[in-house]
Amino acid sequence: MKNVALGQYFPGSSLMHRMDPRVKLLLTIAIIVLIFFVHTYWGYLAVLAMLMLAVACSRISFKFVLKGIKPMWFVILLTFVMNIFFLTGEKVLWQWGAVKIYQEGIEKAIELAIRLILLVMCSTILTLTTSPKEITDALESLLRPLKAVHFPVHEMALMMSIALRFIPTLMEETDRIMKAQTARGASFDSGGLMEKAKGMIPILVPLFVSAFKRADELALAMEARCYHGGDNRTRMKVFHVQLRDYLALLLFAGLCVFIGFGF
Amino acid sequence: MPITVKNLSYTYMPGTPFEHQALKNVSFEIADGEFVGIIGHTGSGKSTLIQVISGLLDGAEGQVLINGVDYMAKKADRKQLRRTLGVVFQYPEYQLFEETVEKDVAYGPRKMGVPESELAGRVRVALEHVGIDYELYKDKSPFSLSGGQKRKIAIAGVLAMEPSILILDEPIAGLDPMGRENFMQLSRDLNETGITILMISHNMDNLAEYAGRVLAMNGGELYLNGTPREVFAQEEKLVAAGLDLPEAAKLAGQLRERGMDIPRGTIRYHEILDCLTGKLGGAKQ
Repeated sequence: MKNVALGQYFPGSSLMHRMDPRVKLLLTIAIIVLIFFVHTYWGYLAVLAMLMLAVACSRISFKFVLKGIKPMWFVILLTFVMNIFFLTGEKVLWQWGAVKIYQEGIEKAIELAIRLILLVMCSTILTLTTSPKEITDALESLLRPLKAVHFPVHEMALMMSIALRFIPTLMEETDRIMKAQTARGASFDSGGLMEKAKGMIPILVPLFVSAFKRADELALAMEARCYHGGDNRTRMKVFHVQLRDYLALLLFAGLCVFIGFGF
Repeated sequence: MPITVKNLSYTYMPGTPFEHQALKNVSFEIADGEFVGIIGHTGSGKSTLIQVISGLLDGAEGQVLINGVDYMAKKADRKQLRRTLGVVFQYPEYQLFEETVEKDVAYGPRKMGVPESELAGRVRVALEHVGIDYELYKDKSPFSLSGGQKRKIAIAGVLAMEPSILILDEPIAGLDPMGRENFMQLSRDLNETGITILMISHNMDNLAEYAGRVLAMNGGELYLNGTPREVFAQEEKLVAAGLDLPEAAKLAGQLRERGMDIPRGTIRYHEILDCLTGKLGGAKQ
């Protein structure tokens, strides 16, 4: 249980890690959108080059980035196969009864697979180099304008960070309770479905009890420290857009121009 | 049930940036019927050690033999291990889940396959051990009880499995002085019936008083191993490992500094008391 990686964050102090998380978040979204405007292999290569540059700047081995794509393989494969078989075009490459495979279908399938891999790679780089807390803070900072329409930005961000903060705690708690009940003879992997579901009760009940207790205590502790929501709160870590962030934006602008010229 | 630990090492999350070696080549033996205290600073590997011994943490290197059987082996009969070895974790009150006290205490024995007809008897005995009245409490919800009572119920749940080795991870943390004393007394009573006891504790005085042997862990290694008197005599080593002397030993040292004739190696309050009353009595009469 202790071996479960929390999110994907890979701690470090590389150039990518130190970038302003707001810029990272915006750039990630922008690149994802951009990928849908690319139509040539040169364009995809340019996006890949930019992503590889980001990986190089993050000092994370490429293997780890690929690991992020791993859970997506099935989806990528499925869309690939679907496109090959169901897309129609003009040039029939191969025919077997009612099944026809067109050249356009294969091209489209390859393109979609490339798109999916690039999309996942892009978001993986973000989550590998940005802690969940930073992402939440960045989101709060970026969504601040929504306050004008009375959207509870700060409260949302707070809920997100509390949830994120307590995932490891709850995992630890689950681990502890599982061990305690295992020592009392409980087994969680034997028997049929009903048996297994029943076997979860000795874990779930104590887990809920302690989660509610924790929530109560946290609320009390926050109130005791006069917490009262978002207005006029200052931050311990203030984000600053720095040279490296402008450079990244400049690179992205270059990429846009490159793709805009029809590559 | 002797316990033999040989060259035991354990690493958390190997191959990641979070890699951490919690146990380094730990070896020791525990004979039948011993009362062993385990001390160590936070993060010294105490909890990892007992989890590996109780077969709750897989992937350790080295060997753990319980009564000559290697339960770390792939085809080991873990059920037999559960029957032999009872584990009380830190804050065991958080593992209660049943609707009634009786059901909760009976959970372990029932899982072990104890016949229904014997369950009530076992629950009654286990509850009596921890000082809870069976008739009065058996139908109450464990969640309606106080913290101290909950802990007693949880411990009774382990005792009802009638283990021959009892491993306790800081069982007295958060109890009041009276509760602590009662619990240590209970541990001694159980030990006297032949149960081997391994107890992690930060309370040096309780261990000095009750344990027959003390293992001190430091940075994942077995640091000191001996009788409480031997271990607590090595003040400098203990302090270097972030550990403390028993309060009684400190008091004895301070009295000695002020010129009182208290022998070295005094680590228990009643030893100081005996020594002082002996002197006072001698002066008065």
